[in-house]
Amino acid sequence: MNVSDVIAERTVHLTRESLVRYAGASGDFNPIHYRDDVAERVGLPGVLAHGMLTMGIAGSVVADALGDGGQILEYGVKFTRPVVVDPEAGADLSVRAVVGAVDADGTARIDLTVAHGETRVLGKAQLRVRVGAEPRERGESA
Amino acid sequence: MAVNPDLVGREFPPTPPYLVGREKVREFARAVLATAPQHHDVAAARALGYADVVAPPTFAMVIQDLTLQQLLSDETAGIVLERTVHAEQRFRFSRPIVAGDELTATLRVTQVRAMGGASMVTSESDIVDADGAHVVTTTSILVVGGAE
Repeated sequence: MNVSDVIAERTVHLTRESLVRYAGASGDFNPIHYRDDVAERVGLPGVLAHGMLTMGIAGSVVADALGDGGQILEYGVKFTRPVVVDPEAGADLSVRAVVGAVDADGTARIDLTVAHGETRVLGKAQLRVRVGAEPRERGESA
Repeated sequence: MAVNPDLVGREFPPTPPYLVGREKVREFARAVLATAPQHHDVAAARALGYADVVAPPTFAMVIQDLTLQQLLSDETAGIVLERTVHAEQRFRFSRPIVAGDELTATLRVTQVRAMGGASMVTSESDIVDADGAHVVTTTSILVVGGAE
């Protein structure tokens, strides 16, 4: 892994079905993520994707590229802009993961650019991952 | 009612154990479009050295959510879901969550900061396995709007 390497790049298409599926999988049934009337009543521009769905998809893009989720040590984001999912047109979400730094301790920082059209929707979206051939903890009792 | 500043330093009781199911991991992985074999195929996960399928990193939110429910249902906290916006989220892992894990989460409120009429509430949940070993710590920042 070298600084500026693009380790993954992916654009996904979200529909209302994606939101309902995430609601069921995560247990987050806030109606602003599937009901236009509720979204309108609370003053939103439309039904929004769960921030955690956006964070989850972006994390998956990196986890899929690494091939081993155990390499992810830390993952954080700020939710800066909403992703409005139109009932017919849906919404496209693009994810680009670039190596931001490689540190002497055997870890690297991955910087994510996550955008809905031209608008970045996550701020300071970064992962710290393990690189190299160090033995990894496997989560099994010794 | 505004967010209660005395919440800072408050620790909630551990949540009841959550047993991570294999089909739940697969369902969550499909929902966040995680396609790597480690999330779906037991043999592929075992080839990497795990006991069972590996949950995508943000699956920890499902466990953390149990602690946020504690916070929201506490009438003295002054946090109302309808006025709450998720501003920031972070996960720090000792290891990934794997199907078969029995996980318990303990939430503590680390900061309450006034921001105009709103409050910024930072909380941390330590998630441990059945042996009490650390799995992941989650940090959430919620912005809670003031009453009208």
